Amino acid sequence: MPSSVPADTPHAAARTRSGATPRRSRFSLLGSELKVLFGRRRTWALLLALAAIPVLIAVAVRLSSGVAPGRGPAFLDRITQNGLFVAFTAMLVSVPLFMPLAVGVVAGDTIAGEANLGTLRYLLVAPAGRVRLLLVKYAGALAFCVVAPLTVGLAGAAIGAALFPVGPVTLLSGGVVQPPEAFVRILMIAAYLAVSLAGLSVIGLFLSTLTVVPVGAMAATVVAAVVSEVLDQLPQLEWLHPWLFSHYWLGFADMLRQPVLWDSFGSNALLQAGYVAVFGALAYGRFLSKDILS
Amino acid sequence: MSTATGSAALAIETHGLSKRFGQQLAVDGVDLAVPHGAVFGFLGPNGSGKTTTIRMLLGLAAASAGTVNLLGAEMPGGLHEVLPRVGALVEGPAFYPFLSGAANLHRLDAASRQTVPATRTARVERALERVGLGHAAAKRVHAYSLGMKQRLGIANALLSPRDLLVLDEPTNGLDPQGTREVRSLVRSLAHEGTTVFVSSHLLAEVDQMCTHAAVMSAGRLVAQGPLAELRRAGTARIRLVTPDGGAARQALAGLGLDAGPDPGVGQAVAAPGQPDGESIVAGLDGRGGQSHLLPEDVVAHLVRAGVRVRGFAVERESLEDRFVALTGEGFDVAQ
Repeated sequence: MPSSVPADTPHAAARTRSGATPRRSRFSLLGSELKVLFGRRRTWALLLALAAIPVLIAVAVRLSSGVAPGRGPAFLDRITQNGLFVAFTAMLVSVPLFMPLAVGVVAGDTIAGEANLGTLRYLLVAPAGRVRLLLVKYAGALAFCVVAPLTVGLAGAAIGAALFPVGPVTLLSGGVVQPPEAFVRILMIAAYLAVSLAGLSVIGLFLSTLTVVPVGAMAATVVAAVVSEVLDQLPQLEWLHPWLFSHYWLGFADMLRQPVLWDSFGSNALLQAGYVAVFGALAYGRFLSKDILS
Repeated sequence: MSTATGSAALAIETHGLSKRFGQQLAVDGVDLAVPHGAVFGFLGPNGSGKTTTIRMLLGLAAASAGTVNLLGAEMPGGLHEVLPRVGALVEGPAFYPFLSGAANLHRLDAASRQTVPATRTARVERALERVGLGHAAAKRVHAYSLGMKQRLGIANALLSPRDLLVLDEPTNGLDPQGTREVRSLVRSLAHEGTTVFVSSHLLAEVDQMCTHAAVMSAGRLVAQGPLAELRRAGTARIRLVTPDGGAARQALAGLGLDAGPDPGVGQAVAAPGQPDGESIVAGLDGRGGQSHLLPEDVVAHLVRAGVRVRGFAVERESLEDRFVALTGEGFDVAQ
């Protein structure tokens, strides 16, 4: 077989030279992923929709003649006295549906979205490495889980401060904290919610490795959240409740006690870590053996 | 050829490479041998298993059986060492429509751990210039035409210096000018020492730019080798125009040649009474290819037999004839 092989091509020489450069792009993919995720319009639309929740609540309360105590969602009746309660109310209202919806869209899109565009094959040929890509994709989804509750909390605090007086906040345990301390409590609730959504995100990541249709993975993730919440409401399944990833979602009220009760935070973190381990392993097993045919 | 020397001499080497999807064997025992520095045309009709083979070469799909050796490393085990040296365009370009052309290349370049971020902007710019997309770098891919996306796909394959380029249908969707540019690009890359593995169903394209070729049909590799050898493998034949069809056929049969009507000419010409008579085609290599006749001997023999020779030509099988002979005719996509 004729083979005129140039033993040392100019490329090979160039590569050897650049090989001496220590600066390799170790975290480039993560940076790129965050840039793409938070640079695209869809993510902004999701965050704007979430930010609209406190705005709507605040405007509605401002325009109405006032809320009778005990009516509506928790904290709603306190908004007229203290604008910071807009943030608490909005976060409470968004937990059962809006947050899972937004997280479902982002987590369900992780792998399936790339497969659908066809960019998955180019990322893998680059080569991104399957494990690295999976980790980066999950990191991106987690970043959204941090940003989403923060958006609701900060938008709530801002619109509350704009439309209502801001003063010392009476906590659930009866103690009173000053506004700066109350602001810290808002951040703590956002952190609690971010941890709460970690389990749902990893379920979305796993579902996303099963299909090349991102909408399917998104819908399945949201359905998983709703099913978990419904099961959590059935007293007959009480034995199951501590194992449901949504079980502690509304437990963030413990962040509003003096001193702060960390029990539910700890149980929640442990439960979510369990889900990350199980569904992370499933996603890993599926994605590493998957034939990329899209 | 031992494995060690084989790896050194070949850029791509597969042994018994197979892929099964359920009941269907999409790729069946393919033994590819692509020498370093070659421009290797990978031919085959739609559905013959070309893209599936390429997916297995690049570690996107796992082989059901067989081995792949890419640039001296076993795939998919050596994927992380080898793929940075391989530029690829697989089954058409694919990009984020909401990002600009340059941003897309930045992202795909960042995906590899081997690339140097400091030189990224310059490399992206150069790759875009090389495929003539410099003016559209800041435009969103959403607004690109198919040909522009194809060019961007090629630019992605050229982001880093590569030892091997795998281009799956690189001229798909390109205008004639773009097709010419791709051809000259492939030639200049080959000149620099890059091995180019280009799949295509366009024979003219392969004919014009490749040094080697392989032909797939229904999942099997039916021919492989240097292009000149592939062409020569086809038989030469004579085309005879004469009013004395019967006598000519008899005379040719006497020489051991199978004569038949010209398949390329319609009945109107073949019918008797035409000014120049019948067009007859016969293989020059005779039955079983054992006898090698010279064309002038055939003419002399015909004239001696009293056949009025009004036209005589020797034809070598074109690559297209060879391709059709290997893969069959018609529009039926291989199952």
